[in-house]
Amino acid sequence: MQDNTDLTTLIFGRLTWESIPYHEPILVATFIAVAIGGIAVLGAMTYYKFWGTLWRDWITSIDHKKIGIMYVILGLVMLLRGFADALMMRGQQAMAFGESTGYLPPEHYDQIFTAHGVIMIFFVAMPLVTGLMNYIVPLQIGARDVAFPFLNNFSFWMTTFGAMLTMISLFIGEFAKTGWLAYPPLSGILGSPGVGVDYYIWSLQIAGIGTLLSGVNLIVTIVKMRAPGMSLMKMPVFTWTALCTNVLIVAAFPVLTAVLGMLSMDRMLGTHFFTNDMGGNMMMYVNLIWIWGHPEVYILILPAFGIFSEVVATFCRKRLFGYTSMVYATVVITILSYLVWLHHFFTMGSGASVNSFFGITTMIISIPTGAKIFNWLFTMYRGRIRFELPMMWTISFMITFVIGGMTGVLLAVPSADFVLHNSLFLIAHFHNVIIGGVLFGMFAGINFWFPKAFGFKLDTYWGKWSFWLWTIGFYVAFMPLYVLGLMGVTRRLSQFADPSLQIWFQVAAFGAVLILGGILTFIIQLVVSFRRREALKDVTGDPWEGRTLEWSTSSPPPEYNFAFTPVVHDTDAWADMKKHGYERPKDNFVPIHMPKNTGAGFILAAMSFVCGFALIWHMWPLAWLSFGAIVISAIVHTFNYNRDYHIPVEEVVRVEDERTRLLDGYA
Amino acid sequence: MVVMDPSGDIASQQAQLIVVSTLLMLLVIVPVIFLTFFFAWRYRQNNTEATYDPEWDHSTKLELVIWGAPLLIIIALGLITWISTHKLDPYRPLDRIDAERSIPEGVEPMTVEVVSLDWKWLFIYPEQGVASVNELVTPIDVPIRFQLTSARAMNSFYIPALAGQIYTMPGMRTTLNAVINETGTFKGFSANYSGAGFSHMNFEYHGVSDGDFEEWVNKVRSNGGTLDRDEYQELEKPSEKDPVSYYGMVAPDLYHAIVNRCVEEGSVCMDEMMSHHSHSKQASADTITPNFCLAESQPGTAVNTPSPFIQETENAR
Amino acid sequence: MPDMTTTTAGTNKVLPSTHFYVREHHPEQGTLLGFWLYLMSDCLIFASLFATYAVLGQSFAGGPSGKEIFELPLVALNTGFLLISSITYGFAMLEMQRKRVNATLLWLAVTGLLGAGFIGLELYEFTHLINEGYGPQRSGFLTAFFALVGTHGLHVTFGIIWLITLMIQVKRFGLTTENGRRLMCLSMFWHFLDVVWIGVFTFVYLMGVL
Repeated sequence: MQDNTDLTTLIFGRLTWESIPYHEPILVATFIAVAIGGIAVLGAMTYYKFWGTLWRDWITSIDHKKIGIMYVILGLVMLLRGFADALMMRGQQAMAFGESTGYLPPEHYDQIFTAHGVIMIFFVAMPLVTGLMNYIVPLQIGARDVAFPFLNNFSFWMTTFGAMLTMISLFIGEFAKTGWLAYPPLSGILGSPGVGVDYYIWSLQIAGIGTLLSGVNLIVTIVKMRAPGMSLMKMPVFTWTALCTNVLIVAAFPVLTAVLGMLSMDRMLGTHFFTNDMGGNMMMYVNLIWIWGHPEVYILILPAFGIFSEVVATFCRKRLFGYTSMVYATVVITILSYLVWLHHFFTMGSGASVNSFFGITTMIISIPTGAKIFNWLFTMYRGRIRFELPMMWTISFMITFVIGGMTGVLLAVPSADFVLHNSLFLIAHFHNVIIGGVLFGMFAGINFWFPKAFGFKLDTYWGKWSFWLWTIGFYVAFMPLYVLGLMGVTRRLSQFADPSLQIWFQVAAFGAVLILGGILTFIIQLVVSFRRREALKDVTGDPWEGRTLEWSTSSPPPEYNFAFTPVVHDTDAWADMKKHGYERPKDNFVPIHMPKNTGAGFILAAMSFVCGFALIWHMWPLAWLSFGAIVISAIVHTFNYNRDYHIPVEEVVRVEDERTRLLDGYA
Repeated sequence: MVVMDPSGDIASQQAQLIVVSTLLMLLVIVPVIFLTFFFAWRYRQNNTEATYDPEWDHSTKLELVIWGAPLLIIIALGLITWISTHKLDPYRPLDRIDAERSIPEGVEPMTVEVVSLDWKWLFIYPEQGVASVNELVTPIDVPIRFQLTSARAMNSFYIPALAGQIYTMPGMRTTLNAVINETGTFKGFSANYSGAGFSHMNFEYHGVSDGDFEEWVNKVRSNGGTLDRDEYQELEKPSEKDPVSYYGMVAPDLYHAIVNRCVEEGSVCMDEMMSHHSHSKQASADTITPNFCLAESQPGTAVNTPSPFIQETENAR
Repeated sequence: MPDMTTTTAGTNKVLPSTHFYVREHHPEQGTLLGFWLYLMSDCLIFASLFATYAVLGQSFAGGPSGKEIFELPLVALNTGFLLISSITYGFAMLEMQRKRVNATLLWLAVTGLLGAGFIGLELYEFTHLINEGYGPQRSGFLTAFFALVGTHGLHVTFGIIWLITLMIQVKRFGLTTENGRRLMCLSMFWHFLDVVWIGVFTFVYLMGVL
């Protein structure tokens, strides 16, 4: 009997039947819904014989366009999960006053706000940003793919399996109850003995590797693979922001890897990096995590800035005002984002001079950011503005973001931060910039580039519903939080004593319902657009009278993007080409050298997932086994030298002739 | 809105700072919002009367304005920041009771030692020799110096009506200087999430007259038991929604032991532990610090050695 | 705003379309740049560990200090192994340029053996310390020490596995362009670890003992 238990423990580690939360009705209901939905999807895929296509054309695809689309899908799916968490929190906070304890006990509520933060940042915002960069950057610089297509596939699957690790914590075990940055000592083994923090650590480690490699990949792509003639100062602004973002990724994510590695050693090996006793130092964790964490917010916002720059110029039918200062502003923000991390913890007891230094560096960032806002503003000046959806999102962004920026600068004044820190004012501030900046940017980008990726525009009617519900919903949900913050209400509370606050939380909850409407109408927009795809069809490849190279090729672009590499003479390369009577080449095609699909990335990432799961549950033999398998498969993969092929010229001719026919028919 | 209308001098100055900074920023925010709407309306597609200049993309003068205007505002705000951060530094002893009154000659600040426990607050009054749980009482118009630490998790000590918050951390001591100017009952709580019982980690803060304070201390003395090491270890165990309780006597070395994590019988205090194995030449038993934080040997003198990576939070020594 | 400068509108003359594309275009190879970027990110992991060591390096928690546990002669020998292995790797690269497979393999083997010697000595040091009761759980200082030195050691171990893999590949497929590129990457990796070790040696061992 004893031996039997030992063997079970050896194999399954901490995992027992007790770890399955079947006594939690909310989770059981969720599980049943997910299971039914999952079976339906799997059944439909089998029925339509989609499995082969899925594996050959998507899972193993190294095409940056498909990977980009998959990233965006991942981001949107995870948005549903992250938003469900948000709704539950808003519901709880609107109910739990006085005697009422609401419907969520603290151990559940605490997981929800942690998961909400982690998911929204790592598995919604990051995939959306990375997805758009992946799709658009190679097209904007006139390249046929990214520099390391296999690595791109691997990165995507690491991110996805990281997200999946977070997701299964819903049904096996628990997620962290520490807040999204898991400060020790609470996240140490004494503060959180369960598996929650381990889920947090390993899903971020796995996804982090993916993000880091994708950062390396896109930098090399932008540095080495630009079309001839595209000097740095002729790069489209979105590509510039992508470059800066990826520099930030490469320079920030290793710190996250290191700090989470240390936390996991504290938890698994009993070391003393951040412990209370034996010489550990928790303040070091707070410093290190924010040395990553602050650049992270610029990693998210810079590409959004890039999207707005493209959208404004296109829909004002005008060159972007102040291209040079836009580029310098981006670079300055990139550098400064490393000098401000301490503003996240002015209240930890640093001296006045340290706090002032970091406060002032933070304020300085608002100067280039302000310059960007003015540049968009003066791009609108003397333009001919078309209020298509991407432009509407942009204007909403400009209004919302300056408010968020203002409250941000306010929080950067240390003495003011002492009264506002960790309050709902802070929550309102960062949702103000992340929703109003990043998310609005992503919606602008999705509406803008959707026709490029799928060959038809998104439906405007439902798009406008989504836009207004999101915009109004945002203000209704978060303006009360500013007020509550000024009333001295702190964050992460699951119950309140003072009934006079309840009305504000109820208003905020109503705002969250409006945002739910915004998400639902967005889904309806996608469905309606798909059904009306013939009516919304874009044959030209240039539905918005675009200005940059991605609009010069067909929608969706052929596998090889460009039959011939474009030569660039102006920042707005495609506008320049159109102006000078460019005609699409129709003959003398040549075979095109392309990389081959491979399943190695998926397999490696899947094994990393197994390894992560084993480490979380202390299943040591499985952990070693899967780790060994990762190393061996990686080595085996390097023995495959046969990684590329040529698209035969007949195929190129066929694709290009097809396009010629379409264009002629359209004309 | 208690943050904007507080009852303590420090918090009042912080509220004032919020107003001034906001107004300063509105100088640029309001025109931007106005111009966004105005340009969006003026240059709409079907307004063919508006000038259309698709090639216009640069103006040096305008660039100067759009970089210069925010720069000027940030210079002003930066100056305000520098001054206010130093003036309102929680480590800095107060130099006034409120806007009109300075501190009378010879008045020493009253010390309150604060320990955040899972999930309650312990307040030790070393000068009075008493302690209370989940209730803080201090006389009005007397400078108070809070010395703060934590037993397990990181918390943040925050009474919005009194002054800004400061983190409490195990094995370390932070300081907050403040004064309350009005009698009344105010809310205090932890502003840094610390686990399951966090939502109930509240306490009532009473600002009272000198006489009422004496009375309160006497009440505590007569009602409460003794807070010694054993009692503390009992108190320290995680619990939620604890009622207010009092200790009429407090072991004099208890707070030192809490900060140095040696309440448990037989454990070595951090400040003593460090001296055993020091090898550093300049290190002596008094000045060795467990890590990068400079520590001080006299309680009450705040250490001010700025360096970017360094928290001035004093480590227990 | 009448004084705003306006860029002169471009002339709208029609240019030949060939002005706007090239028939054959071969973008530059980016592997070395990419690998270098990866190394820089790795460098930041080490930077974090160095910073950690700087913070925790005096947190002895009643345990031993560096002066009491470091055996400098052993570490000096170890350092010698690693430095020489960098030189022998350099010889391998020279032979690679001369397209001499066997000589390249020989020098790579020497490099690998020196690396293995380095790891062996490090493991000896670690087991010795742990047996004395000075494992990473003993104090903040030892935690930071084991983390920094151990992470470096893990890198060298993976370098050796990679080196063996590459030796097999060179043996089987010859000194092709691809294998040459891979050898270049490993070369950067190996020298990078050398540079990091010099930092470790100076910052941890020398300054710890002084």
